[in-house]
Amino acid sequence: MITTMEEKPHVPAAPRKRKVPGWAVAMIGVAGAIALLSITSMQTGFPQLTSSGTTQTAVRLMLPILLAGLGGLWAERAGVVNIGLEGMMIMGTWGAAWAGYQWGPWAALVAAVVFGSLGGLLHAIATVTFGVNHIVSGVAINLLGAGLTKYLSTLLFQPLSNNPRQSPPVQPFDTYSAAGLADWLGELEAGQRLFISDVAGILRGLVTGVSPLMLLTILLVPLSYYLLWRTRFGLRLRSVGENPHAADSLGVKVYFHKYVAVIVSGGLAGLGGAALVLNPGQLSYLEGQTGGRGFIGLAAMIFGNWRPGGLLGGAALFGYADGLQLRSGGETVLALVYGVVLLLGVIVVWQLIRRKWFSAAAAIVVAVLLYLLYISLDEIPGEFVSYAPHMVTLAVLAVASQRLRMPAADGLVYRRG
Amino acid sequence: MGHLRGKLLPPALAIVFSMLLCGVALVISGANPLNAFGAMVSQVGKGTTLVDIINSTGIYYIAALAVAIGFQMNLFNIGVEGQYRVAAVIAAVVGGSIALPPGIHTLVIIIAAALAGAAWAAIPAILKVTRGVNEVISTIMMNGLAIGLSAYLIRRDVFGELRGNNIRTAEIPESGWMPGISFGGGGTMFGFIFVAIALGVGYWIMMNRTRFGFELRASGESSTAASAGGVNAKKMVLVSMLLSGAIAGLISLPELLGRDHTFSLNFTAGIGFSGIAIALLGRNHPGGIAFGALLWAFLDKSGLALDNVGVPREIVTIMQGSIVLSVVVAYEVVRRVELAAEQRRVGRELGTVGGAA
Repeated sequence: MITTMEEKPHVPAAPRKRKVPGWAVAMIGVAGAIALLSITSMQTGFPQLTSSGTTQTAVRLMLPILLAGLGGLWAERAGVVNIGLEGMMIMGTWGAAWAGYQWGPWAALVAAVVFGSLGGLLHAIATVTFGVNHIVSGVAINLLGAGLTKYLSTLLFQPLSNNPRQSPPVQPFDTYSAAGLADWLGELEAGQRLFISDVAGILRGLVTGVSPLMLLTILLVPLSYYLLWRTRFGLRLRSVGENPHAADSLGVKVYFHKYVAVIVSGGLAGLGGAALVLNPGQLSYLEGQTGGRGFIGLAAMIFGNWRPGGLLGGAALFGYADGLQLRSGGETVLALVYGVVLLLGVIVVWQLIRRKWFSAAAAIVVAVLLYLLYISLDEIPGEFVSYAPHMVTLAVLAVASQRLRMPAADGLVYRRG
Repeated sequence: MGHLRGKLLPPALAIVFSMLLCGVALVISGANPLNAFGAMVSQVGKGTTLVDIINSTGIYYIAALAVAIGFQMNLFNIGVEGQYRVAAVIAAVVGGSIALPPGIHTLVIIIAAALAGAAWAAIPAILKVTRGVNEVISTIMMNGLAIGLSAYLIRRDVFGELRGNNIRTAEIPESGWMPGISFGGGGTMFGFIFVAIALGVGYWIMMNRTRFGFELRASGESSTAASAGGVNAKKMVLVSMLLSGAIAGLISLPELLGRDHTFSLNFTAGIGFSGIAIALLGRNHPGGIAFGALLWAFLDKSGLALDNVGVPREIVTIMQGSIVLSVVVAYEVVRRVELAAEQRRVGRELGTVGGAA
């Protein structure tokens, strides 16, 4: 909406300049991130940075954020801003707990999707059919979702759990581990060799305690990409988000595609709620359980520039910071600040090579400030670590808001003319 | 008359619709809706309920005013929630750490709260003006950070102290309190209610009798027309956001100065989001907002009676949610109907009936 039309020579995302394919960029990014963490953990003496335990926790915490983010992606690609993700997620947690304690985890997933979709349907009716402002409708759905679940849990859960804010325990998924592989990786990890041990630790975390929901969630990322970018349906859906009038004039059913997108969005957010309920540490519905994760999902989507791959990266980053804090406290998170300083060092060199003096200078200033922070503090207060996603999102928006490219008609009310 | 009908009909319809909806929900869950509504109405006369409703109305009123200032120019300050939280903890810390004569002490706390709210709102405002960052996203992020900041500030090694099972800031000395009006067994009305009323009057004057208010409304009606008329859009965003944040900073003061005298873990959260709903219900009009705040407070406080008749009191939260959603739909429908009527009227007068719409 705000992006300028003129072609700027230094915009790196311009497709015609792009010689390296997307998947290769992603691979380089992952390798770079692991190398960075590896060097950081060696320099600061915190092997927890890449331990299998941290990775496992990070993945579990990532799932709800990723699912909410995918929900945001679907809705916003069709031009509907979905602030109501949080409310739909809350409805998902309730649905998952209600079905989960009676019929097991698979039923929990189905119920969560159904409940989330109902929230999405409501959002679609308000925004698409009645043309209500998307933000207003989203805020209302958040209020409604919280109220509805409080009412229903007092009504249905309290007699069973003696607590109006909690459901009876839910049966978890069976988890699977690749036993032989994990043991071998465990030996490598214990060896404490640079890079090899780190990669082994992360891989071991990824192959231990895998639940079907985890696999399903990870699969939903390429699936969303395929559906939205590689099918006729996806092209139409995205065209509705870019220019609904043009799409309409070509015979695309604008309202239909918006409805589908927003309902899917709600379903995904609901599934994110199920991921919270079925988290091994929790295994029940708790009031206030979502804790703003719907909004963090939205933040991950913005961080990823409204693309599934970037969204996965954002969700992984936010989940990782949270998991690290949960597993090993504020000291290790401070080590991460050291890692960011290293990363900025690389960026400075890169900017100097490209003769971008101003960006290089800015990066140096930030790096120096962060380094001073690192040497002056003993640990990052836990109160702030949980809100790292918020700070990262604000920083990304402040630095790169002109380069982010949201769907052109995102958040605009469309009326069939 | 038709003008007034268009304004009053949607909220009336929304309330009736929501009552019907909740009535149906109650019937399904096996309760008698008439009993429930009756219990809520009769609760008003009992104990401190009436005074509680008035106190709560004042708090909601301030919150909705803060939101409404932004809404007037299509600026969505979703961050009222975070702004008043930060302001509350900073006001409590400032108030608890200084000693001044009565009156001046209270005034300093009020100013600190307003400044803190404005400062927290300044970050998204500056990001929007200089970097073009959408205020909805940035204020949502600021809300999250506000929770973290307030939790950090009341840590025992920062400004907090442990009292019983509760962590809180140092208590504000009596010189910083704001006296209320006591009704004996009927409870005590916060003195800050009068500040809330004054804010409402000030808001009306600002919107309808000052150049700034005119420019604000003009920017809301059409930003392009306003900037063509010489309104500086960036300045408007900055000023209205800071003003909104400053008023948001006052939200927690009725409770802080009149009852709690400290910021603790029992802090009342969520008023910022209620303020958004109330501002929508009242269409940003000071009178409409007062009505909306009263309705919200009534539902909140009278809802306590529902537990006595065996109905979960959370039904009122559903009612609040459905009221706000149905009222925005109703306003939109009425707007479209009026637009169509207007087009027909213009069509008739130009003699081209059938051509329009």
